[in-house]
Amino acid sequence: MGMVVSFWILAAVGIIAALGVVLLRNVFRAALSLILCFLIVAGLYVTLSADFLAAVQILVYVGAISVLIILAIMMTREVAQGSPNSRFQIPAFIVAILFLEVLVLTLINTPWPVSSMPPTAPTTAALANSLFGEGGYLLSVEIAAVLLLSAILGAVVLAREK
Amino acid sequence: MATIELNIYNLVNFQSIPPDWPGGFWWHWLFFTVVIIGFVLTMVMGVIYIERRGMARMQSRLGPNRTGPFGLLQPVADAIKVLLKENIVPDAADKLIHWLAPVVAFAPALMIFAVVPFGNGVLLADLNVGILYVVAISSVSTVGIFMAGWGSSNKYSLLGAMRNVAAVVSYEIPLVLAIVGVVLISGSLSLNQMVVAQDVPFILLQPLGFLLFFAAGCAEINRSPFDLMEADSEIVAGFHTEYSGMKFAMFYLVEYAEAVAISAIIATLFLGGWRGPILPPWLWFVVKVIIVFFAMVWTRTTLPRIRIDQLMAFAWKFLFPMSLFNLFITALQVLAGWPTELVWAMIIVNFAVMAILVLVWSKLFFKLGRGRIEV
Repeated sequence: MGMVVSFWILAAVGIIAALGVVLLRNVFRAALSLILCFLIVAGLYVTLSADFLAAVQILVYVGAISVLIILAIMMTREVAQGSPNSRFQIPAFIVAILFLEVLVLTLINTPWPVSSMPPTAPTTAALANSLFGEGGYLLSVEIAAVLLLSAILGAVVLAREK
Repeated sequence: MATIELNIYNLVNFQSIPPDWPGGFWWHWLFFTVVIIGFVLTMVMGVIYIERRGMARMQSRLGPNRTGPFGLLQPVADAIKVLLKENIVPDAADKLIHWLAPVVAFAPALMIFAVVPFGNGVLLADLNVGILYVVAISSVSTVGIFMAGWGSSNKYSLLGAMRNVAAVVSYEIPLVLAIVGVVLISGSLSLNQMVVAQDVPFILLQPLGFLLFFAAGCAEINRSPFDLMEADSEIVAGFHTEYSGMKFAMFYLVEYAEAVAISAIIATLFLGGWRGPILPPWLWFVVKVIIVFFAMVWTRTTLPRIRIDQLMAFAWKFLFPMSLFNLFITALQVLAGWPTELVWAMIIVNFAVMAILVLVWSKLFFKLGRGRIEV
């Protein structure tokens, strides 16, 4: 009962926040709305007993990505007046509709199996085993790290004046 | 009800609560929420007194000594004064964000204490991702500072907020890497388990980690010598230039609540938390928090404020490589089983490593162009 109530509250606030990101004209407020949306997603992870994922969601999305978005907004001038008019409104609309169609089709055609197993209690050890243990996803983790490093190096090369 | 109980029991380790504890989850929650709010407010008043009197002593002044015995009531008088002041909101401000900012900044500082143990298992929620929760939650308060800087529509506020983001983004890396060393040795992310694992305080096993965490922690909460975002001589008061009355009091409270929170985390991670002989655990915890805070006051009065480019250089050229070295050495020692078998060897080796690394890297830091960004 409590879980259902909290799910619906989180879902409603999350959708309102997501709509705010798209509809608010003030870019800074839209960014704050995005942060609220990220926090709500973390809350949904908590209701699914994925505590590690929730903490990482807040750490990465709220603590790092949102902060960088806000920094970029602060570097930009006169954004408080709203986003400037764009010539790409119609193409963007078409792409958005296509993306929505893909999402809706996926939602309808997925069987959504419900697991009857109780959730693993300490999630950290299980996660670590499946990420770094034998037969785990060690290669993907390492590749992701190298990818991020190369992105940082690329940014440094681009930003250097010489 | 069955599902919610199942989920809460999974998230919160209830084994730590004694079986004779009255009431269920909600009573536990209510009790500790009240305790945490009371603890934070009392400690904030205490540390403000310690800072003002201690700093005055170090600067050959008297400090506030008129209100009550030894000036003990000065924080109370200040609180009442600031509550009675007029609340001024700039005309051009984004009213909603300006109003919301102090709340968003204050909530995380309070939420950190949910996982800090005051005794064995005496805490609101013994999350098994405790320290990760602390790092995640404390990053949210940056958003509040941003909102203050942006919502005030004042260039000094904005500059202060932008300096803050630069500092937080840079110093979070050495901060987290220093925590990872402690996590490796204790083998748990839960703060209570970390304290239980500290038969020897981790400041002895991780002296370099302690220094890195202390420096990066001071920078995270913008205490001097890293208080660039409210550098009075440069940008008035930084992000809270346009705040007055109750809302200014909130930011003042946030500043000291965060200082208490960082002191509490340092005391828990490196000084053995609530563990200690004779005195009750909660008193040991309070004593350790105050000792750490006193060290912060000490550095504040001793060191001059660093420049904004030096701030970045110090994080990236000094703290970051040092924290990588620290993590690598600690990982090797944990693989070799030193924390359980060769504790004394580990203490000696790590102190030697700290001394050598700090000396060598200080020399190298000068060769790398000191505070300059471009080499």
